[in-house]
Parts: sequence; C-alpha cells; structure tokens
Amino acid sequence: MTINPADVLVLAQEGNAVSAIGDFLADWPNMWPSLWLGTQDTIYMVWWATVFSVLVGLPLGVLLVATDRGGLIPAPAVRAVLSAIVNIGRSLPFIVLMVAVLSLTRFLVGTTLGPTAAIVPLSIGAIPFFARLVETSLREVDRGVVEAAHAMGTRKFTIVGKVMLPEAMPGLIAGLVMTVVTLISYSAMAGAIGGGGLGDLAIREGYQRFNDHYLWATVILLIVIVQVAQSLGDLLVRRLSRR
Amino acid sequence: MIDAVGLHKTYRLKKRQVHALNGVDLHVESGEIFGVVGQSGAGKSTLLRSVNLLERPDSGTVRVGDEELTSLRGSRLRAARRGIGMVHQHFALLSSRTVAGNVGFPLEVAGVSRSKRATRVGELLELVGLGDKARAYPSQLSGGQKQRVGIARALASDPHVLLSDEATSALDPATTDSILALLRRLRDELGLTILLITHEMDVIKRICDSAAIMENGEFLESGRVLDLIGTPGSLLARSLFPLPDNGGPQSVVITYPRSFDEPFMSELTRRFDVDVNILGGGVEQVAGQSVGRLSVDMRGERRREALSYLSEHGLLVEEAGK
Repeated sequence: MTINPADVLVLAQEGNAVSAIGDFLADWPNMWPSLWLGTQDTIYMVWWATVFSVLVGLPLGVLLVATDRGGLIPAPAVRAVLSAIVNIGRSLPFIVLMVAVLSLTRFLVGTTLGPTAAIVPLSIGAIPFFARLVETSLREVDRGVVEAAHAMGTRKFTIVGKVMLPEAMPGLIAGLVMTVVTLISYSAMAGAIGGGGLGDLAIREGYQRFNDHYLWATVILLIVIVQVAQSLGDLLVRRLSRR
Repeated sequence: MIDAVGLHKTYRLKKRQVHALNGVDLHVESGEIFGVVGQSGAGKSTLLRSVNLLERPDSGTVRVGDEELTSLRGSRLRAARRGIGMVHQHFALLSSRTVAGNVGFPLEVAGVSRSKRATRVGELLELVGLGDKARAYPSQLSGGQKQRVGIARALASDPHVLLSDEATSALDPATTDSILALLRRLRDELGLTILLITHEMDVIKRICDSAAIMENGEFLESGRVLDLIGTPGSLLARSLFPLPDNGGPQSVVITYPRSFDEPFMSELTRRFDVDVNILGGGVEQVAGQSVGRLSVDMRGERRREALSYLSEHGLLVEEAGK
C-alpha cells in the first residue's frame, strides 16, 4: 500500500479529531429533542413487535416441536406446512418484506407511515425468527424428562407448560434477546420507508442532509440500546440457568 | 400384580423390521422384585414401557392390579399411570426445579393442594434419606442423590407398583449398592411390587426374587431365582455364577440353597464310592437367601451316578468343560 501525500494533506486541512469531537458534543443539545423522540419511537416499535413476536412465535415454536415425529401430537403434514410458512418469512430480506406487506399494514393500521405502522412488518419479520429459536431451545429439553412426565400421568398441555417451557427457559430468554436485538436493527431499516425512530433520523438528517453529527449520535444511541438489552438478557439467563 | 399376556411390538426401521417384543408373557406377584436381564436391544426397555403404556404394544394385554391398562386411553390411562411409579436410568429430573419441586411434581399434576404437597414431600425426602436437600437443585447433587430424588418422586403418588429402568446403570458400584438396598427396603416397608430391567447380573443376584432373561424380544427363561438356581442347564444360574476356572477336567461345581441340610458329601462317598476333593467354596446371598457353592474334584467308577443323584435332589451340578 502506498501513501499518497495529497491525502495526508487533505486530512490535515480538515482539522484534528479532537476538535471534531468537540463540535459534535457542542451540537448534542441541539440534536437531543429529535434524538430523544427517535429513541422513544424505536423503543415503542421494538417493544410492541417483541410482544407480538412472543404471542405468536412462542406457540408457533411449540407447535413445530409438538407436531414433529415423536412429539406430543405427531402430525408431519401440519408440521411441514408450518415449517414452510416460517421458512418463507425467514427467507425474505426485511426491507423487501416491509414493502411486500404494505397493503396489510394499511389495512391494519390505516397508514403505512410512522412507528405504529412499522410494528406490522417488524412483527411479521420477527415471528418466524423467534419461532425457530423457540423450536431449537425446546429440542434441547431432555426427552427423558418429557417421558417421565408422561409416566406420571401428566396432560400434554401441562407437559408443555410445566416441563418443556420451564426447562428451556434460559434458551428461550437468550432467543428473546436475540430477537429484540434483531428488531432494533430491523426498526432502523423501517426508517428507510418512513417508519420513524432512530433509523429514520439517521437517514433523513444524517444521509439525506449530510449531517454527520446525527449519524454519529444515532449510531451511539443504537449501540447503547443494544448493549442494555443484551446485558439485561444475559443477566436473566444466568439467573435462570440451573444446569 | 402385573400380568402381561402375549405382548408383541414391532418397529419398522428403514428397510427391516425389529421385533422388540415377540410374544412375551410377564407375571409379577404382588410384593416381589422381578428383574428382567438382557443385552441392550433385547427388548427390555420396550417391555418396561409397555407396562405403563409409554409404548403401546401392537397386541397383547397388560393388567396392573385389577385394571386392564391396554383398554384405557386419555384421562383414565393418565390416572392409572399415577398408580405406577417409574425410576429412570438418567434420573429425568427437572433441572429448573428444586429437589422438593421435583418430588412434588406428580402431586401437583394430580391436583394435590400446596400444603398437603409440602407435608408429603417432606415425608418422602426423609424416606429416601435426603431430608436436608429439599431446596437444592439437581445439578448440585451426586448421581446417587439424584436417583434418590427420582425414587422419592416415583413414590409421591403412593403407587403399588414401581418400574425401574436401569436405575443403577449410571452409578458407581458403591452407590449402586445403596440404591439397591433402598429399593429392597422400600419393598419391605411399603409392600411395593417392583419390576426392574437391567443388564447387570449382579442386580438380579442382589435384590430380585424372580427374574427373566430376555433376548430378541423373548423370555429365554423366567421364574423364581432360587428355583432357577436349582435347575440344571439354567442360563440364569450359569450367568449368575460363572464357573470358577480353578478346576481340572474332573471338577464339578455344586450349587445348593443353604436350607439344604443333608450331609450329601459323605453320603456320596459312601453310596457311590467316589473320591471327593474340595477345591473351593463359598456362600453367596441370592434373593435374600444364602446359597452355597462348592467346587470339587470328583473321581471314581460311579462318578456319573453320583452327579445325577445330586441333581435329583435339587442341587445344581455343573461340570467343567460342559
């Protein structure tokens, strides 16, 4: 690699890094109102998408395991259909999925703009993702324990609720955290089509109006949010692990 | 207590069929410990799981107590299963629950109130000698302790029958001893009927009243252990007591129940004019009784007659090289 003297000159002329950080910090109070709004929107979208992902993804994951051969209610045909649906959801890039479900979003929310509208594609994108993670965690549960529960005369529904889910809990929580982190990144993408939140801010202010400070600020806030989510999740997983 | 008649079960693997059960009849008396021994793949596990219908046999009937399990389904089958405890090789404890939570699980499932559960769990843990471990998690216990929890759990709903699926196979010899002793004590104190499967002959020798040898989905032999020991050519007797290899071609191993009090050695020498030289001997505990074993060298014209005389009197005679 060769160093072009001209480039070095350009860097020097642009001023040093210290003053760039100083400018950024000085700009922070001006940006904060819109950043705070964006953060709230992001948390709002991610929260509700997480709720819907659990509400639909958890039962879906349970069904994927239960309907499998040797499961609680073996039904290979049902499983094949469910699995295909999940795979379709998983194979679409999120940005394509968002556009593809626009009419559904309009039908459900009445508009395709704003954070509430973004919850629809976010949930649809995260449900199959979480369902697969649930499936994987449930498969880790010792079959012997499930058999023992049968031998004790336990109903299938109770086996799911009192044996499989509690035994898989650390894995389920880890999967949930992974889903939340993925949703945060999806929510930033939702900004690209007017979904609101930090992603929206980064694209409108940072990219389209060439305001680097907004770009940096949103990056920092997204990193903080992901770190907090991941740390809380890890803490919970450690608390729940009894192996 | 357990009556299974004509059990058949066939699994279809990719190309071939496996006859896990090929016409097995099983009768376990009330209050006895019945052991089924065999190599892995012999069908023991399928047999055990047929008794509480974890595996439904293709044909045949299973009765436990006065209920025909094979005719039950749904909630009535679940209720019947609560009357049959099961102990598992790998303990099958819930890792997310404490010891008390595990032992209380069958009661919880049966809808027993929280306060009654707590009392019963306390009793059960005392019974298996784990009174101080109620709040521990399974991962904090040794193998032997885990199996005690498994046994306490199996007894929670006051079953009359206990099924043991290789309960000691994952344990070291000393722990195996203590678990077998516990099972025997529970049988004596609670009047349990125990059906166990194992691949260890030692388990049969230690605690079983009756036993069966299983191979390729069939019983090769079954009966009371003490009777089988007196049966010439019994596979079980031969497996329980491998011939010592300290004898020459003329040596004979004689096995007899301790209650046998005739002075047969002197009688032999007198009646048949044979020379008997004792090579070794000992007394072993089988099915709670002492069984004597003598390895002798026997020579003389009428050796054959002498040996058949012993067999006729209910002693097990095994000749070297046969």
